[in-house]
Amino acid sequence: MAIAQPLPRGSVFRRPTATTGFVSWLTTVDHKRIGILYGVTAFAFFLLGGLEALLIRWQLATPEGQLLDADVYNQLFTMHGITMIFLVVMPLSSAFFNYLVPLMIGARDVAFPRLNAFSYWIFLLGGLFLYSSWFLGGAPDGGWFGYAPLSSQMPGNNLDFYAVGLQIVGVASLVSAVNFIVTIFNERAPGMSLMRMPVFVWMTLVVSFLLLFALPVIAIALFQLAGDRILGTHFFDAAAGGDPILWQHMFWIFGHPEVYILILPAMGIVSEILPTFSRKPLFGYPAVVFAGAAIGFMGWGVWAHHMFTSGLGPVANSAFALSTMFIAVPTGIKIFNWLGTMWGGAIRFTTPMLMSIGFVAMFVIGGLSGVTHSIVPADWQQHDTYYIVAHFHYVLFGGAIFGLFGGAYYWFPKFTGRTYSEPLGHLHFWLMLIGFNLTFAPMHLLGLEGMPRRIYTYGEGLGFDVWNMVSTIGAFTIAASVLVFMWNVVRSLSRGEKAPPDPWDGRTLEWTIPSPPPHYNFAEVPQVRARDDFWHRKYTEDGSGRVQPVVAGAATEEAEEGHAEEEHAEEEHLDIHMPDPSYWPLVAASGLPFIGYGLIYDWIWAVPGAVLLLFGLFGWSLEPVAEEGH
Amino acid sequence: MRSDRARRTPSTRRRWWLTGFVATTALLLAACQQGLPQSSLEPAGPRAERINDLSTIVFWMAGVVFVLVEGAIIFITIRYRRRRREERAPVQIHGNNRLEILWTVIPALLLAGLAFPTVAAIFDLSRRPPGGDVLEVTVIGHQWWWEFRYPDLNIVTANELVVPVDTPVHLSLESAETPGGIAEFTADGQPVTQNAIPVIHSFWVPRLAGKQDLVPGKVETLTIEADETGTFLGQCTEYCGTSHANMRKRVIVETEQGFQEWVSRMQAPPAEPEPGSLAAQGAEFFQNFGTGSCLACHGVEPGAGGTVGPNLAHLASRGTFGAGLFETNRENLQRWLDDPRAMKPGVVMPDYNLTEEQIEAIAEYLLTLE
Repeated sequence: MAIAQPLPRGSVFRRPTATTGFVSWLTTVDHKRIGILYGVTAFAFFLLGGLEALLIRWQLATPEGQLLDADVYNQLFTMHGITMIFLVVMPLSSAFFNYLVPLMIGARDVAFPRLNAFSYWIFLLGGLFLYSSWFLGGAPDGGWFGYAPLSSQMPGNNLDFYAVGLQIVGVASLVSAVNFIVTIFNERAPGMSLMRMPVFVWMTLVVSFLLLFALPVIAIALFQLAGDRILGTHFFDAAAGGDPILWQHMFWIFGHPEVYILILPAMGIVSEILPTFSRKPLFGYPAVVFAGAAIGFMGWGVWAHHMFTSGLGPVANSAFALSTMFIAVPTGIKIFNWLGTMWGGAIRFTTPMLMSIGFVAMFVIGGLSGVTHSIVPADWQQHDTYYIVAHFHYVLFGGAIFGLFGGAYYWFPKFTGRTYSEPLGHLHFWLMLIGFNLTFAPMHLLGLEGMPRRIYTYGEGLGFDVWNMVSTIGAFTIAASVLVFMWNVVRSLSRGEKAPPDPWDGRTLEWTIPSPPPHYNFAEVPQVRARDDFWHRKYTEDGSGRVQPVVAGAATEEAEEGHAEEEHAEEEHLDIHMPDPSYWPLVAASGLPFIGYGLIYDWIWAVPGAVLLLFGLFGWSLEPVAEEGH
Repeated sequence: MRSDRARRTPSTRRRWWLTGFVATTALLLAACQQGLPQSSLEPAGPRAERINDLSTIVFWMAGVVFVLVEGAIIFITIRYRRRRREERAPVQIHGNNRLEILWTVIPALLLAGLAFPTVAAIFDLSRRPPGGDVLEVTVIGHQWWWEFRYPDLNIVTANELVVPVDTPVHLSLESAETPGGIAEFTADGQPVTQNAIPVIHSFWVPRLAGKQDLVPGKVETLTIEADETGTFLGQCTEYCGTSHANMRKRVIVETEQGFQEWVSRMQAPPAEPEPGSLAAQGAEFFQNFGTGSCLACHGVEPGAGGTVGPNLAHLASRGTFGAGLFETNRENLQRWLDDPRAMKPGVVMPDYNLTEEQIEAIAEYLLTLE
């Protein structure tokens, strides 16, 4: 067979060679470019999810709102949740994983570069697949949690898109979880022991394990749901002996670790930013790492706190009340250690630092309201009300989104080679902080005063009017702050000053290389001698913790070195072998939406899908490296 | 000069913070309106009271932690901010085991302290109330209305639960739909079956108790109790489809005597309309309006259940219809008969294309069903 022979030039299995232009983005396997693709795509979905949120808030601004009808509203709140969770916060975290993990551990790429591209394309196509439902009879309208039997028995294709679309998006996360676990275990530079890894890398590792174990659970649940909807099974149909509560258990065994999947990356980002701008090491690094890992383990034992009202009985309710209370302990450890990091520091109020302080301040509120849910009888009042909406937005927006924006500003010079505008960054932060609290703080009160979630309208005379109006004003303030961010990015990309390699006096390896990094990252694989290795190359500390620069002006020298390296990069390091670009991840990934449409409409659509997927996988395994001799 | 400014700045800031704090507190106090009909913050019975007391403890504890931590954030960011052109290299502290153990143990102890009253309350509130003086009611959740059956009293009603004061009411909660649904006709005369799906709902009247889901295939229980008379609002809190927002209910708490009067009214058949009146004509249309009969879905016999729509035997004695959405009056009933889905999206009852005459007569008839 031809497989053993060298393939002729011009065969379909030849590898693409473009390094610039549109095709180069379609075929890239460079973790940095994939990170940027992830980030830009997720931000586009963020704008869509935000638009959905604004429509929701407009509708609820006054009692008996007339902007949306019930069906459209139900689709909007469902898609807002699905979008923000699966298409925004998860892939935005993934953008940071992709771009930064190899740089922080001193690697030239991830372990499986093509797999990395594959997971991006699946994410993009899965997201577009979900969004195509708007044009094909209506988007999913069963809530992001899709409780059966509503989700399994509602007519229409809306929820088919939920069952199949989430499955597709899940494949992307599962694949990249494997990739990052292998990368972090195998690709670390010499000397980078686990306990020298930046906390962000640790959190990536914990999140990847959570994904690896949580996604199969939701995958099975979604298969069962698709079975009930498409194949006529009865997993969740009580009349036929099925059990609706089964879905809830499956969903939340996935869903609660998912909450930590959403927040731990932001915690990792904040754990990098706070030390840099306090000019102090992270207070109690081992405790922060172990707390993160502890959250990762304990996160599996609290799922039923989402189900306190579903009739589990007092024994199960008590057990999950206790486990839920005690997951607050490692979370508290992190918060206190962050405060300890800032204590005694020399705090610089750059935009990333403001975002990180905002993260801590807002996350505390979300954490405390979370403790109130563990008081089961109190939760019997709070459950499925706006109090819960307030709680998890304090965690996922006040937490995750503030942290992710902080990360975006912090590494903006590294990603783009340009510096952003600090005044605009400050404006973004303050607008967002004010808008965020205006939007979500009143919801605590609304929930306790009896306003349930997921209602498209509410009557007059219930006392919900004032705070809903305040909340809507807040939502539009947040929208304004996001516009400021976008303007800042656009302005800085074209007019921002050139960024030095180490603009913040950073601590970790990504700051040792030029901004933006060359495609091979490190000309020489670094030798790591300490936690915060780069900091220790620049400064020493004596026994009592006083800092001295290693050599006067060492930091500047490093910077100049970086510049010099940048200029001579192309000539000097052509010999570094990097993975070649490939079409096949995109080809293979593009089969999945077709298979999805085939499941929903007519099996005939699955045929081209299966062909693309199989052809893609074969091409993938058969393609040679571009140049002989490497 | 410089040190002067440095001294003045923090106090100016402190004044700012103080102003902000006072303003926020005033706003929050203004926010806690009294007399809200659906507020969990205004319990009107021992069970809601118990929950509220427990919550209050937790809120105060959380409040103290909140003030301490947020205060620490503000203090640290002000105290340790880097001044302009200052090149201070802070002392490198890598951690402090004693401190870290302290802030692990203290929260753990606080939470352990909370666990005791929590678990006690879980078990107490899950228990069926002791003693014989308990009213049993079966609640059936439908898309999107509530059916209330009083098995010992042979009463079936909808959306308005009438109970006596100071008496525990033990609810058996089910979710079920009558199989078969109803036939609806498309524009070209084709019959389409309109089916409600038995889905999960949640029973919640915040001033009387916490909430409990109604799960298809299961019977869950919840006890509510009021220690004052009045009307208490609630609504479905588990998302259950299109008109989830419109699945409301009210609990009407009567004195013992008032409740007994209500019971005897409900057990008696509704008055027959006077022959020849508009209402009598409405009763005929009710039985047969040409393309169907209202009786296919609605019982008018007291105590009849098991049909697609609510029992209407005493509709006019209920203050509202459509699951607590609309006041029961002529105008609303006529609008409803004309096009139910325009008033309540997704409702199973279709527009039967009734004539103006039929609508007026049936509405008249319904208003006699007291």
